[in-house]
Amino acid sequence: MTLLDPNVTALLYLAAAVFFILALKGLNSPRTARRGNLIGAFGALVAVITVFFSTRLDNVPLILGAIAVGSGVAAPVARRVKMTQMPQLVALFNGVGGGAAALVALLELPHAEDAWVRVAVVFTLLVGAVSFAGSAVTFAKLQELMTTRPVVFPGLPVIMGAVLLAAVGAASAVVLGGSLILALLLLLLGLAAGVLLVLPVGGADVPIVISLLNAFTGLAVAASGLVLGNVLLVVAGTLVGASGTILTRAMAAAMGRSVAGILFGAFRGGSTAGSTAVSDRPVRSSSPEDVAVLLGYAQRVIIVPGYGLAVAQGQHTAAELALALESRGTRVDFAIHPVAGRMPGHMNVLLAEANVPYESLKEMGEINAEFRTADVALVVGANDVVNPAAKTTAGSPIYGMPILEVADARQVVFLKRSMRPGFAGIENDLMFEPQTTLLFGDAKESLTKVLGAVKAL
Amino acid sequence: MDGISLLTITVLAVFVGFEVVSKVSSTLHTPLMSGANAIHGIILVGAIIVAGQATHPWVLAVALLAVVLATANLVGGFVVTDRMLEMFRGRKPDKPAPPGATRGKTKESTEAKR
Repeated sequence: MTLLDPNVTALLYLAAAVFFILALKGLNSPRTARRGNLIGAFGALVAVITVFFSTRLDNVPLILGAIAVGSGVAAPVARRVKMTQMPQLVALFNGVGGGAAALVALLELPHAEDAWVRVAVVFTLLVGAVSFAGSAVTFAKLQELMTTRPVVFPGLPVIMGAVLLAAVGAASAVVLGGSLILALLLLLLGLAAGVLLVLPVGGADVPIVISLLNAFTGLAVAASGLVLGNVLLVVAGTLVGASGTILTRAMAAAMGRSVAGILFGAFRGGSTAGSTAVSDRPVRSSSPEDVAVLLGYAQRVIIVPGYGLAVAQGQHTAAELALALESRGTRVDFAIHPVAGRMPGHMNVLLAEANVPYESLKEMGEINAEFRTADVALVVGANDVVNPAAKTTAGSPIYGMPILEVADARQVVFLKRSMRPGFAGIENDLMFEPQTTLLFGDAKESLTKVLGAVKAL
Repeated sequence: MDGISLLTITVLAVFVGFEVVSKVSSTLHTPLMSGANAIHGIILVGAIIVAGQATHPWVLAVALLAVVLATANLVGGFVVTDRMLEMFRGRKPDKPAPPGATRGKTKESTEAKR
């Protein structure tokens, strides 16, 4: 097999890097996003084909087999996953990428003769391992394999400090001597650090941490590019590291949080202790027929969709209800909190899936002033994003998060499964207010009943 | 390639990375995160090189594991992002397409469907 000329190889890698830049650029706008993503995939294809024709490789059948296994597992999972489970899948894919980078670095260590190359090796090892283990924990939290609340135990900061200190020691020793055993130890310390980093993060902050770990994996890949002397890995990894950092900050800003506060807030203690106890304060609950009357004779209704709507797959019914109300002359809008669902932008995806027209989807900044002109705010499976505690209760885990001001509406109707607190684990005082009515049940079933009752009006 | 050239490229890539996502709307945060996630799956190239140069069986085994993981990141990442973006299909474009553009035709047909 003749190999490609090194200059041709370099040009093909350059083309792939340009495709990646175009991909990120395209993902900035809804109109070009899908094309951008396909351009990125094409760039990756070019790069992978190039590597087979530019480097002397043994074990090619085994490598092709491994690629087939990887695609054979990931593609069907990615195809079939429910839209609501998207965030944890993104976390999972990010984690395996970090793991791959760490393994590549580990195997390259014996060939790393310069000290500065070994610096890149230990960086990739450590950051890749943190990203792998951290992503595994975020996956477990989002999949509800473990509690979504912050996990803090006494001595956590001390253990974290000890792990980091040991990691710095092991890393220095590997850079100086290149010991494989110490590199393995470093890998384990990185895994421990990843778990400890993410355990104290709770509730709605988890997606921001996924974005942060995404940026970490990017940096690990860039460093592995330095180790292998591969410019494409350097460029692609750096791009993801930089854009991921910006994205993490943008997401945190959308929730009124600082990244440091998200990661280390729980260490300060006390501030994140949410209550899981179900309150026995009296609430006003109601029947689907009553809710239908309320909605059917309103001039203006604002629907506030949340994760509960998403899990119940109720977005289509919500869209139908909006149509039915509009045909009665009611003006209906959907108020979308930036982090409604489980990730920023998640709810827009779900409602777009249900063909809710783009003009009816209002972002928080746009709709907040309009709640006071609304006759009814219909909160479907959302809780934290409308909780006034974000503005009034300084110790609350969601304090500082911008919220949808549904309390300003004349009537508030909550469709909820139970009185169990939301994702952030705190109670919502709004549910006990006199203008609030609760309709208990699965979001989709409740919406279907309300829809039927509206049609019968 | 020498260290200074690599450093130059790295620094420039940082600026490009900051620049391309500086003004993204929150609507697209999730797809952008997922798309960036797919891109770092390109570590597959590194995993292939390491596997192709492995001589010890255990080195080969670990390298092949890295290939499997990197492929899952790369392929799964792009597929999942595409599925998310597919959901934006029914939306009207932010601005009307320029007159005479070929996109006009597809816009009409999607609108007819709605």
